[in-house]
Amino acid sequence: MLLHDTSLIFGRYVRQTLRSRFQILFGILMPLLYLLFFGPLLTDLPLGSEAGSWQVLVPGLLLQLALFGASFAGFAVIIEQSTGVVDRMRVTPVSRLALLLGRVLRDALLFMFQAVLLVGAALVMGLRAPLPGVLIGFGFVGLLTVSLASLSYALAMRVRTPQEFGPVINSLTMPAMLLSGLMLPMTLGPRWLDVLSHFTPFRYLVDAVRDAYTGSYATTHMLYGVLVAVGFALVAVTVGTRVFRSAGT
Amino acid sequence: MPIISTSGLSRTFMTKAGPVEAVRSIDLTVRAGEIIGLLGPNGAGKTTTLRMLTTLLAPTGGAATVAGRDLARDPAGVREKCGYVAQSGGVDPHVTVREELVTQGRLYRLSKADARARTAELAGSLGLEGLLDRKTSALSGGQRRRLDIAMGLTHRPEVLFLDEPTTGLDPGSRTDLWELVRRLRDDFGTTVVLTTHYLDEADALADRVVVVDGGRVAAEGTPTALKTTYAGSPEATLQDAFLAVTGRAPASEAAPVAA
Ligand SMILES: Nc1ncnc2c1ncn2[C@@H]1O[C@H](COP(=O)(O)OP(=O)(O)OP(=O)(O)O)[C@@H](O)[C@H]1O
Ligand SMILES: [Mg+2]
Repeated sequence: MLLHDTSLIFGRYVRQTLRSRFQILFGILMPLLYLLFFGPLLTDLPLGSEAGSWQVLVPGLLLQLALFGASFAGFAVIIEQSTGVVDRMRVTPVSRLALLLGRVLRDALLFMFQAVLLVGAALVMGLRAPLPGVLIGFGFVGLLTVSLASLSYALAMRVRTPQEFGPVINSLTMPAMLLSGLMLPMTLGPRWLDVLSHFTPFRYLVDAVRDAYTGSYATTHMLYGVLVAVGFALVAVTVGTRVFRSAGT
Repeated sequence: MPIISTSGLSRTFMTKAGPVEAVRSIDLTVRAGEIIGLLGPNGAGKTTTLRMLTTLLAPTGGAATVAGRDLARDPAGVREKCGYVAQSGGVDPHVTVREELVTQGRLYRLSKADARARTAELAGSLGLEGLLDRKTSALSGGQRRRLDIAMGLTHRPEVLFLDEPTTGLDPGSRTDLWELVRRLRDDFGTTVVLTTHYLDEADALADRVVVVDGGRVAAEGTPTALKTTYAGSPEATLQDAFLAVTGRAPASEAAPVAA
């Protein structure tokens, strides 16, 4: 049943996404601009590791794509609340978990597509990374999309208006990005900043993906990255499902 | 065994301005196959009651069973048995009528073939045949309302909740809908609870009328019984009875003189 329901909801939102091709490409614009206009600046900078600058930058851009794309996923639910679509689905016997999973899996798929485009562009610009590492990177960002989109839907179901939702998301994503070391490795900064950044889940993910991009898979970074990514996803999906179960209060 | 029974069903909303007691202890018993008209002024608590009975909103007090399923313990069971048409509908503007109806069937676990067949059937009963491949945003208000109703009927629910189903329908479509509701009851034994602000509609359609005011049941009975009790004679209009129950004097007397 869960599988049937999830694929149904997933199919509905995939069709919705395919109808708006503009949205598909627009999401990748910002990371692509970073790649083009920011990447070349790093080429000759000492980034504190023997990895190439692209191997440091591209994992960060991938996670940034997920961070900004998935965090705003909730806007769609706010619109669906106001048209009554969410309630109409909630009165059917469809699984509550499926209502959430169908949506976030669509988001993950959309993200994967954008991530492949981004890595493709990076390869052209000079990125060199082992294939398994690149695939591991996709896995991490897929999980991160699932987590962030779930939380974003949960928040959207609670606040109900774009006027409340937008500012909250903005004020969470900006510091999250700055603290995560997505743009430059945090180890370059002062100790307090490095410590502070470990309070965001993104830091662990970006460290793990950077390791993967240099072909080192059995590292402490990787272990922590996996634990944090999986744990974060479990918490986020639980929270999201609970909101779909009890919404309307 | 009643198909719907509630006892002390209540809902208080916590708002920034303080608690709002939308529904205060409603006791309701509905027999299978009855058509119930739920009347009441704006803000009386009709929609809130229906949202609780369809599992959309958790009650803050009381209990209810719908189609033999307990609202609190078996919400999934209640959902299988109920259809609900919300006051403001619930279709995606960017999707075609056909896609919405088929997906709705699938959400109620019909097979693909069944969902398609049911879509054609519903389009027939609700006059949507020529509109199946249109986006729902390109429907007129009344056409969209008929689609909303079709969506609620997809799985032939035992109990159907309709929140102001005929608002926005032209007179012809309105009487068509009355016919449809009667047919659902006669052919399938469907129980129908509908809210309306059209008292002639309640009079024509409902076996029993429940008047809600301020979140409580203010009166209930057959249209004839209400007219007799509250307006003095079975020949009175339901309008007179309604105004007497809700404490508003008949419109002709209460209406302020235009200045
Ligand atoms: N989510 C909510 N939060 C706070 N108050 C609410 C909420 N939903 C409804 N109310 C309040 O509860 C009361 C009952 O509302 P409800 O929608 O049930 O009325 P109704 O009988 O359906 O009215 P109408 O005929 O206008 O549709 C109203 O005072 C309304 O303002
Ligand atoms: Mg209402």
